[in-house]
Formats: sequence, structure tokens, C-alpha cells
Amino acid sequence: MRITVTVDGVDYSDEVEPRTLLVHHLRERLGKTGTVVGCDTSNCGACTVHLDGHSVKSCAVLAVQADGREVTTVEGLAREGRLHPVQQAFHRNHALQCGFCTPGMIMQAIDLLADNPDPDEDEVRHGLEGNLCRCTGYQNIVRAVRDAARQMRPGAGPDAERVDEAKLVGRTPTHTGGGGE
Amino acid sequence: MIPAAFDYVAPTTVDEAVRALAAGGEDAKVMAGGQSLIPVLRMRLAAPTLVVDLSGLTELTGVHDDGDSLRIGAMTTHYEVQRDPLVREHAGLLRLATDTVADPQVRHRGTFGGSLAHADPAGDLLAPALALDAVMVCAGPSGTREVPAAEFFVDYFTTALAPDELLTHVKVPKLTGWGAHYEKFNRVAQAWSIVAVAAAVRVSGGRITAARVGLTNMASTPVRARAVEEALVGQEATAEAITAAATRAAEGADPPTDNNADAEYRSHLARVLTERAVTAAVSA
Ligand SMILES: Cc1cc2nc3c(=O)[nH]c(=O)nc-3n(C[C@H](O)[C@H](O)[C@H](O)COP(=O)(O)OP(=O)(O)OC[C@H]3O[C@@H](n4cnc5c(N)ncnc54)[C@H](O)[C@@H]3O)c2cc1C
Ligand code: FES
Ligand code: FES
Repeated sequence: MRITVTVDGVDYSDEVEPRTLLVHHLRERLGKTGTVVGCDTSNCGACTVHLDGHSVKSCAVLAVQADGREVTTVEGLAREGRLHPVQQAFHRNHALQCGFCTPGMIMQAIDLLADNPDPDEDEVRHGLEGNLCRCTGYQNIVRAVRDAARQMRPGAGPDAERVDEAKLVGRTPTHTGGGGE
Repeated sequence: MIPAAFDYVAPTTVDEAVRALAAGGEDAKVMAGGQSLIPVLRMRLAAPTLVVDLSGLTELTGVHDDGDSLRIGAMTTHYEVQRDPLVREHAGLLRLATDTVADPQVRHRGTFGGSLAHADPAGDLLAPALALDAVMVCAGPSGTREVPAAEFFVDYFTTALAPDELLTHVKVPKLTGWGAHYEKFNRVAQAWSIVAVAAAVRVSGGRITAARVGLTNMASTPVRARAVEEALVGQEATAEAITAAATRAAEGADPPTDNNADAEYRSHLARVLTERAVTAAVSA
């Protein structure tokens, strides 16, 4: 089948088999390898992308189901060489070790902040329930998401993906390593 | 893994979908949110020759006020159910149970109808549907028919739907002003229920005047804890009365034994969780 999908702002038209999973289409056809596959059961969340603005596990969506729709991957977050505030917060708070879960964590964190711009710790943990990390123990991931929420305030809202450059300048890093706060 | 090859159609009306399903024969499969079906296809536990994707059937989405009941489209997502004001007001139990399903990504795609049609006994929306006396509206080549929840769930992963039928809507009688709670027991995040209890109660003047209790994963289908319901009705809404009624939670259930829990432990959980669920529902 012929499908046209807008990925990170660019339209791609391709011939795909109906059985092709969106994540495989992104990685193998479009070269968008920032989105990774971590499991066979749609449990791990590593493959999380946004489909028309909502987070989905791209291993649990067929590529044909994205026809005519808009996909945002972790590769589409930076603006003019500057990382998205959630990416910056992950960096600043040392919210990754091997980094395999990170693309999915970041995409889900952005979805969470669009729904709830000021989540408490419990809400962050629930919001990231579909994303597994085998390395960090989650502490710094939770910290990073709350830090990002503070940086993105006010008005993260559903526009969280549209980064306001003005808010990003003149910010000093708070944490550079792990350990307690 | 990658699913086995299949043909794919995305009809835009129920009639088209029913015709596609009939034309596809035995090896055709309906896809709703795909959140159970796609993992199953990936693991090659199923290999349909035709997938009929319902996601273009806008007529099957949304929650409508039908007077005494709500009419919920089978393709309404968990995310939409969680946020729907009619569900919140008239079917609070359904919202609370939906909050516990899977994780945000899965709830963005997974549907109410898909969960019911999938009929996993550990699924969290079956016991609420049963407790709320929901009615399933099914469409097939010879028209539509209505099946009460009590007859819809037949066995593990088996419903009263014929292979050429679709679930199109679910009628959920309004329980406006009732207290409700869904008490789910599992061990890790985004996990299915080991046992869960769906409770809705109506309290007036401190007395329980009506009670519905449904159990998740206590048999091959969801079951009603009728003995608990009968023991509650007419009682003062006190801790003693609830504790006494909850001891009868596992009566008539037929809990499975699996890697998570044996039957005896599940019966124990049913009693403990029923007490918690009813206590929370009474004060909700
Ligand atoms: C990681 C993960 C965790 C999960 N955890 C939970 C949980 O804790 N609790 C829970 O309840 N669920 C859980 N689920 C399942 C989730 O709720 C699914 O949304 C649901 O089981 C199926 O809904 P769906 O719309 O995705 O259906 P699909 O996957 O598309 O379909 C499921 C089955 O139902 C049939 N079907 C679907 N719709 C219809 C219809 N309208 N008419 C006829 N047949 C139909 C399909 O043919 C298929 O056999 C989880 C899923 C995942 C991936
Ligand atoms: S690869 Fe999609 S959830 Fe694990
Ligand atoms: S950093 Fe290794 S899985 Fe999360």
C-alpha cells in the first residue's frame, strides 16, 4: 500500500506492506533510528513516538495506520541545534545510563507534561508507567521531568513541542550527576 | 518480531466492515486499537489473512446520552472514556477501572469495545461492564442484536460474538449518584490484575439501598459477587457490615491457578479487595 506520513515535519510517501509496524517503517525505511525497539510485547515503551500529538508505542501501530497523519520522534524535538527542554533536563539531571530507554522516556515525558504541566512525583511515575528503564532506578528520570516542568512553565500545555526559544536562554545547569538532591 | 503477511482493509462504515469481514471468511480478524492484537500478531500467536481495521469508523466513537443509559461507541479509546463528562457523572465505576488499564500510550489507542471483545479474564473493563449490567450491541450480516454482559462473556478470550459480527456499541445503564470504586491488585506497573474488584453502591440515609460487585480474574469470565451484593443491601453502611459481607466474595467464583497466584490465594484476595472496594465506594 502507498502511504504518506509526515515525520518530524517532512512528508514521506512510500510503498509498505500492511504488516509493517510503524517503528520498523521509521527505522528501516526512513532511517529514523532515534526511535528504538526494546521488546516484542509492547511493554517497554522504548519505541514511543507521538501520533497526531499523542504518545503511542510505535511497535503497536501499523505503518498503514499512520497514513495521512503526523508523527513526531525524538529526532524532531531539537530546534536550530538546541535541545528540547525535556532533553536538556535529562542531560542536566543525569537521567540516563545506557540511554536505550531515553528516546521513549523523553517522548512520553513530553506527552505527560502536555496533559499535566506540573506533575508531582507520583504523577510522573504514573505518567511514565509504560516506559521501562533497566539502568537508572528511575530517580533521576523523575527528577528530570519535574525539572523540565519547572523550566517550561508557564504554558507548556499541548504546545510543549513548540519550544519557546526565549525561555531557554540564560539558564544554568542545576545538577550534573546522580546522587541525592 | 514481524507479523505474518496479511491483507488490510480500512472500511469507513459498519456495513462495509461487516461485508469485509464476511468476505474474508474464517481467517479475517477485526482490529480496533490493536493494543492486544498487534502484540499477538508480532508473536505470531495469530496469523489472520485479512485485517479489518475499524479505526476509520467514526460512527463508533464517543459517548452519547440515551436517556436511562449511556451509549458508548466500541471504538471510544480508554483515554476518551477517562475524560468523558457523561461517564464521570453516570458510570464512575467505568472511569475508575479505565484509569488502571495499562499505561498512557496504550490508553491512547486501546478501545473500550476492543477490551470487551478481547475478553481476557484479567482485563479490567469486563467486571465493571458486568456489574453495570451493560448491554453489547453487535452487528452482523443479518442485522444487529443486543447481548447482555452476563451472556456476552462465554469463556477465556471467548465472547458471544460470531466470527462475522462486530461489537458496535455498549449500552451502560446510568447509576447516577452511586458511589464506586475499582480495587486492583497487581505487582508491577502496567500489569494486568491478579484479582480486582469493581464495586458500586447506592447509600441513602446511611443505609446501603443497592449494591453491585463484579470480580476480575476470579474465573474464566468476569463474575458477579451476588452473595456480597445481597448481604450488603439493607445494611447500615458500617465497617462491620461491609467486613461481614466481604467474607462471601469468593462464593460461586472459580479462580484460576497460574504463575501469579493459586486459586486459594485469589479467593483470599477477592475477600480483602472487596472489603476495600466497598468501603471506598460507600465513602465516594
Ligand atoms: C503493555 C500492555 C499492558 C496492558 N495492560 C492492561 C491492563 O492492565 N488491563 C487491561 O484491561 N488491559 C490491558 N491491556 C490491553 C489493552 O487494554 C487493550 O486496549 C485491549 O485489550 C484491547 O483493545 P484494542 O482496542 O486495542 O483491541 P485490539 O487489540 O484491536 O483487538 C483485541 C481483540 O478484540 C477483537 N475486537 C476488537 N474490537 C472489536 C469489535 N469492535 N468487534 C469485534 N471484535 C473486536 C479483535 O479482533 C481482537 O481479537 C494492555 C495492553 C498492553 C499492550
Ligand atoms: S518496543 Fe515498543 S513497547 Fe517495547
Ligand atoms: S538508561 Fe539504560 S534502560 Fe534506561
